[in-house]
Amino acid sequence: MRWIWIDKFLEFRSGQFARAVKNLTLAEEHLHDHFTGYPVMPASLIIEGLAQTGGILVGEAGGFVEKVVLAKIPRAEFFGVACAGDQLIYEVRLTDLRAEGAVVEAKAFLEGELLADVEIVFAHLDNTRANQIFGPKNFVFTQQLLGVLDLAKAQERAKLADAESQARLNGLPETPPSA
Amino acid sequence: MPTNDEIYQKVQATLVDALGVEEEDIRHDATLQGDLGAESIDFLDIVFRLERNFGIKIPRGELFPENVVSDPEMIKDGKLTTKGIDELKTRMPYADLSEFVDNPDVEKIGDLYTVDMLVHYVSGKLSA
Repeated sequence: MRWIWIDKFLEFRSGQFARAVKNLTLAEEHLHDHFTGYPVMPASLIIEGLAQTGGILVGEAGGFVEKVVLAKIPRAEFFGVACAGDQLIYEVRLTDLRAEGAVVEAKAFLEGELLADVEIVFAHLDNTRANQIFGPKNFVFTQQLLGVLDLAKAQERAKLADAESQARLNGLPETPPSA
Repeated sequence: MPTNDEIYQKVQATLVDALGVEEEDIRHDATLQGDLGAESIDFLDIVFRLERNFGIKIPRGELFPENVVSDPEMIKDGKLTTKGIDELKTRMPYADLSEFVDNPDVEKIGDLYTVDMLVHYVSGKLSA
């Protein structure tokens, strides 16, 4: 299993806001244990998805120079459950960013209804200290996780290219002008 | 400019949100770590909330200084030397050191972080 708890970014406004989607499927092992006969997405993994969405938002704001770690969840409220077959939309807003870390307001929606409301504090690990404890490898922004953002960028570029080529086609007369 | 009481009440609300403690547990002389159970990461959260709640900017290390007594000349036998105490006074002018100087145990530096220290700090920022 890959530790990626978002499927795709739907919107990404640098330093401000990100929206991601997470589709729940019975192919996910954990749903069979949580709970047997009643597959419900664990709240902790919804928080993880929100934190990944927020972590990339925070990391990207600093050009991925800092190692961003989930430091604290001061508040998490859940108003329902999500089951296999559901689609969760994660919306994360960057409310504070400073050298030492960041705070995001994160919400999960199911069919337009608020399912979870979470506040997350991220810390920027000081490079020296982080290297002492974790080594120089950036364990937070693995290529796997950043691939989700790369995919969104690639899709956006493809959409733009499609729109441009469509605009060019629309701009052309149906029959070439006679010489 | 809010009164000290108004600042205290807002600091109290800030700590309730940041530390998940009950309002009645927060006294003027309560220490953030010893009495209210704050951990290192909570200091970052408190800084964020104070900035938001009071509309102030708190530069890194100003409220909760880092490596205050890194110089070996500032510590002798586990206690701060005169030089160390002077450094502490310079770095934390808003902290009440009156009791600490009688027994300047390095281990007790954390006890200087009290609710009143936050009130003094915010009050100083607002009147600056």
